Amino acid sequence: MATITTSPTQRRAIEMNILARKQRSLWGDALWRLRRNKAAMVGLAVIVVAALMAIFAPLIAPYDPTAQNTSINNMDPLFTGSKYTNAKFLLGSDELGRDILSRLIWSARISIVVGLVPTSLVFLIGASLGMLAAFYGGWIDNLIMRFTDIIYAFPDLLFLVIIMATLRNSPLGDLMGGLVLMFVALAIVNWVGLARLVRGQVLSLKEKEFVEAARAIGVPTKRIMVRHLFPNALAPVIVALAFSIPGAMLAEATLSFIGIGIKPPTATWGVMINEGFVVFSQSPWPTLLPAFCISIVMLSFTFVGDGLRDALDPRTQR
Amino acid sequence: MLQYTIRRLLLIVPTMFFVALITFTLAHMAPGSPFDKNENRPMSQETIDRINRTFGLDKPIPEQFVIFLGDAIRLDFGSSLTQRDRSVNEIIGQGLPVTAQLGVQALLLSLAISLPLGVVSALKQNSAIDYGSLFFATVGFTIPSFVIGIVSIFVFAVWLRWLPIIGWGDVRHMVLPTVILALGPAAVLTRITRASMLEAIRQDYVRTARSKGLREQVVVVTHVMKNAMIPVATIVGPVTAGLIAGSFIIERLFSIPGIGRLYITSIEGRDYPVIMATTLLYAFFIMVANITVDLVYGVLDPRIKLAK
Repeated sequence: MATITTSPTQRRAIEMNILARKQRSLWGDALWRLRRNKAAMVGLAVIVVAALMAIFAPLIAPYDPTAQNTSINNMDPLFTGSKYTNAKFLLGSDELGRDILSRLIWSARISIVVGLVPTSLVFLIGASLGMLAAFYGGWIDNLIMRFTDIIYAFPDLLFLVIIMATLRNSPLGDLMGGLVLMFVALAIVNWVGLARLVRGQVLSLKEKEFVEAARAIGVPTKRIMVRHLFPNALAPVIVALAFSIPGAMLAEATLSFIGIGIKPPTATWGVMINEGFVVFSQSPWPTLLPAFCISIVMLSFTFVGDGLRDALDPRTQR
Repeated sequence: MLQYTIRRLLLIVPTMFFVALITFTLAHMAPGSPFDKNENRPMSQETIDRINRTFGLDKPIPEQFVIFLGDAIRLDFGSSLTQRDRSVNEIIGQGLPVTAQLGVQALLLSLAISLPLGVVSALKQNSAIDYGSLFFATVGFTIPSFVIGIVSIFVFAVWLRWLPIIGWGDVRHMVLPTVILALGPAAVLTRITRASMLEAIRQDYVRTARSKGLREQVVVVTHVMKNAMIPVATIVGPVTAGLIAGSFIIERLFSIPGIGRLYITSIEGRDYPVIMATTLLYAFFIMVANITVDLVYGVLDPRIKLAK
């Protein structure tokens, strides 16, 4: 039996080569690029803090977010040093004497949930319909795409406004202070973009050799879709979803600000701004503090989304 | 090209039909009626029945929809249910110029900010100007317009007292709403302009132009910018659509008597004819904006094949 003999120097060269080029998978490579992106990491840290606040809201918040105390209302935050402060309220109190800090913390909970639940629904509906349309083509494709055309012609915000404004007094709109209706509305409006994205991805991937090869060796259709097409279409989908989370949060805040989103007394940043805006010229803090929170969270998500896009698609020039 | 144009224009009709169908269904499904809003002086059932008969609201909803369609084709949207002495067309005719003025001003302003900013920051990549405009683009894209609106009302109207808070009329009223409405689109356009300039700069034909000794100005204007503007032109459509939709938050915030405010109040008041007319108007504008841009795209870049 012939054995491959290598000299010590050859062996060292091979070892060094292995050491010098540590193998990285596509995803490992992306993760590495993401971790070097400082803005994305800062954004991620803020999001983690917000998520922890959301999860542990009942433990962190000093007061019940809906408990009123009208005798000490409209207090300024302590840091302003004005004479209208009360040591009980670190960030002041609103028109009804509710603790602003507690309301801000509880709002994080609504925001995170509003970001995650509709995005999951969008992913489920959009990805599966997009794949179906692309893979089967023909009348199924036509049907799904014409349907997306119609929803696409509706401006997002307009569609959301009409769903929320008309149905918020229906039984569906009363579930969980309007949260359930908000989930449904956001999912209906947003699945379209993702379905189109996935369809486009799959259409171009379908022509690739590896799919042809899989089909040639007799891999069943369902398995080709799940094992070959889906993972390869995933990168842009992840980026789209990363932007869809803050998009949903923004929509909630905007609708609640207009007064047709989540119903008071539930605390959300949008509701707080809506209520604070009434007394804005006397005391701006009940409006400015939630506005600040929304801005910081939105910025963080944008940083992470940008970071993900750069990490997953190195071809894009920033 | 002609065939594609005709096909796109024809597709407006079924799309408008479905937009009307969805909106009509949602509006009528919603609990409440246009006549239960005055809680201090509730109308008697007889009065409500009479008004319902006058406006055909006692008929089955599918029949109402067919009647609505028949009238809508002739652009007759009937009269408002909450301001019963005025026709919908009259109400919209009053609000539309305001919204259109606000929208056009904001669009022009956003182009005037974003194009120079994007071009300069790409030409001076990684300079202070570049970082400044990237910062602007990120902030303008990210921070919700109503938040920027509130903060600027606080700074300019409450604190500095330079500008009036609400209302519409003279130039001083228009400054804040126009600037705030323009910020979001300006941010998006700056990003796109910068990115597509950067891509165009690296093309071979630009290197060729430089190496044959063309002046830098000529290279930048005729070789880089001409090509870089194509992706920018495509994004103007969605940006305009976003601007139209975004205008009603700004109108709400600054109490501007435009279509946007009308839209929300009509939904809340269940003023069905006004809801239908405003929604269809919005959808029509957005579709036309998108089609125009796709066609312009085809003219700008002959490499694009529109008809698939």
